[in-house]
Amino acid sequence: MSRRTADLRVPAGLLIPAALGVAILVLPMAGLMVRAPWRDLPAILASDEVLTALRLSLVTATVATGVALVCGVPVAWLLARTALPGRSVLRGLVTVPLVLPPVVGGVALLMVFGRRGLVGGWLYDTFGISLPFTTEAVVLAQVFVAMPFLIVAVEGALRTADRRYDDVAATLGATSWTTFRRVTLPAVAPGVLAGAVLCWARALGEFGATVTFAGSFPGTTRTLPLEAYVAINAGDSDVAVVLSLSMIAVSVTILVGLRDRWIGAT
Amino acid sequence: MSLYADLRLRRGDLELRVALAVAPGEVVALLGPNGAGKSTALQLLAGILPLDAGRIELDGVALDDPAAGVHVPPRDRRVGMVVQDYLLFPKMSVLENVAFGLRSRGMPRERARAEAGAWLARMGLDGYERRRPRELSGGQAQRVALARALIVEPRLLLLDEPLAALDAGTRPAVRAELRRHLAGYDGCTLVVTHDPLEAMVLGDRVVVLERGRIVQHGPPAEVARRPRTDYVARLVGLNLLTGTASGRTAELPSGAVVALAHDATGPVHIAFPPVAVTLSPRRPEGSARNAWPLVIADLEAHGDLVRVTADGAVPVLADVTPLAVADLGLEPGGQVWASVKASEISVYPA
Repeated sequence: MSRRTADLRVPAGLLIPAALGVAILVLPMAGLMVRAPWRDLPAILASDEVLTALRLSLVTATVATGVALVCGVPVAWLLARTALPGRSVLRGLVTVPLVLPPVVGGVALLMVFGRRGLVGGWLYDTFGISLPFTTEAVVLAQVFVAMPFLIVAVEGALRTADRRYDDVAATLGATSWTTFRRVTLPAVAPGVLAGAVLCWARALGEFGATVTFAGSFPGTTRTLPLEAYVAINAGDSDVAVVLSLSMIAVSVTILVGLRDRWIGAT
Repeated sequence: MSLYADLRLRRGDLELRVALAVAPGEVVALLGPNGAGKSTALQLLAGILPLDAGRIELDGVALDDPAAGVHVPPRDRRVGMVVQDYLLFPKMSVLENVAFGLRSRGMPRERARAEAGAWLARMGLDGYERRRPRELSGGQAQRVALARALIVEPRLLLLDEPLAALDAGTRPAVRAELRRHLAGYDGCTLVVTHDPLEAMVLGDRVVVLERGRIVQHGPPAEVARRPRTDYVARLVGLNLLTGTASGRTAELPSGAVVALAHDATGPVHIAFPPVAVTLSPRRPEGSARNAWPLVIADLEAHGDLVRVTADGAVPVLADVTPLAVADLGLEPGGQVWASVKASEISVYPA
């Protein structure tokens, strides 16, 4: 107890910058709450543009998370459980999007999947498929930006899981695929779930790569963040505020849901 | 129809060189201190680690033969494993745990579950099918782990410290039960333990491993009565000296002489229990012909007695009563005479 009261005497040299830091983080969100058009909020939320953007965002973020799960979990497994040569290089490569400006990701996607891109050109010539500026492009941009979050979370879970369970399963006659499916995956399920939620939240908020690679077409590529940007540019700050608030609500909900895993609340 | 293994592996500080043979139905206890290489030996036998050299043969089939490029993966070996913390799959029910091996080998779910249920009944665990592993006591978890390993009819069963995770109160009952289950198993069994009592109770034969080598092997009673290394002697609670005998005396490397009750010749081990040692402040009179002046190195409680470690020309452990400690004023650094009757000493060739 005495220890705790002693901790309360915070030196001013720490207290003042700390207060400033908290203000920078909290003030903008508080400002949104203050400026929110609470009376018109239901009407704005129910408007066609907002509902369309909301639906598009939910669908694309969910599909992107599905793609990230199917491809990202195996990548995490390769990184955590195999002695693959060049593993650290691979880990570096797949986590680059974490620190990359999303707009750079968008440009890169355009170079590869654009109609004259490396893969895009082939897709267009062979199948007549053109990816950029479609809903599929939105999903691809989201996967590019969000999958690393899932990979990092799942790899961490796989590293801390006890590998001796895998050994026991092998002595019982299980193939490595059966072991992965019935022993390893259930053991890391909480980590996979946390990674998927984080991935979903990141995909939902994706802006830079999406607007660069998929453009901003109502109904096909204009997701919530893009809609908010369009609204503020058009001087319709009420809509922008409502959209921002709804995204904050999603983020806070996810943080609260994951607080035990990520913030270590006691 | 048996296990033959010549295990050779170098890993970090450990250099393992162990040759083992286990007959069907036989239980061999692999006893040794931490770091002796016991668990490593089990991992080699299970196929989790590859051999550097040597050979593992089960029922006449080579499982490992590095020289010929043979390494059968764990899942094709028919080797069962039960480890210290049992490692029951936590997200599966008890029944699913036991049925896992059969399901992995392609048996339809209903049949696998029926067989697993029968095994649980055999282990006295009917009614526990739907429980989760964390809801079981240590003894129950051990039986589930045993059933899970045995249901796939392994030819070799490996038990790694199977009782170490249990508290001291339940250990004797679980040990007796494990012994009963092992008696009903017709394959080869290898039990790894650092507990001499466990090795003696469970093993038909005891193999003592130190620093990667076998230092002694034989029936439990033989190992307990005639230890060949300090480690085994300390484990079974005996003083062990090594010397050269001639007639009724043996000379130790330190030059000290030990009187024997019987004639012996050549290199010998000399063993006597700590309770046979008498401590006195002066050179004792009377029938004890072996008396050595020593310096007390350590005193520690040992059951109802106090174990005295004394150094000198003949280092000994002596068990004396707390009253004697007080009467003699024993304390580390103090001088004392230790005496042992020749009739309490057993002598056998080194």
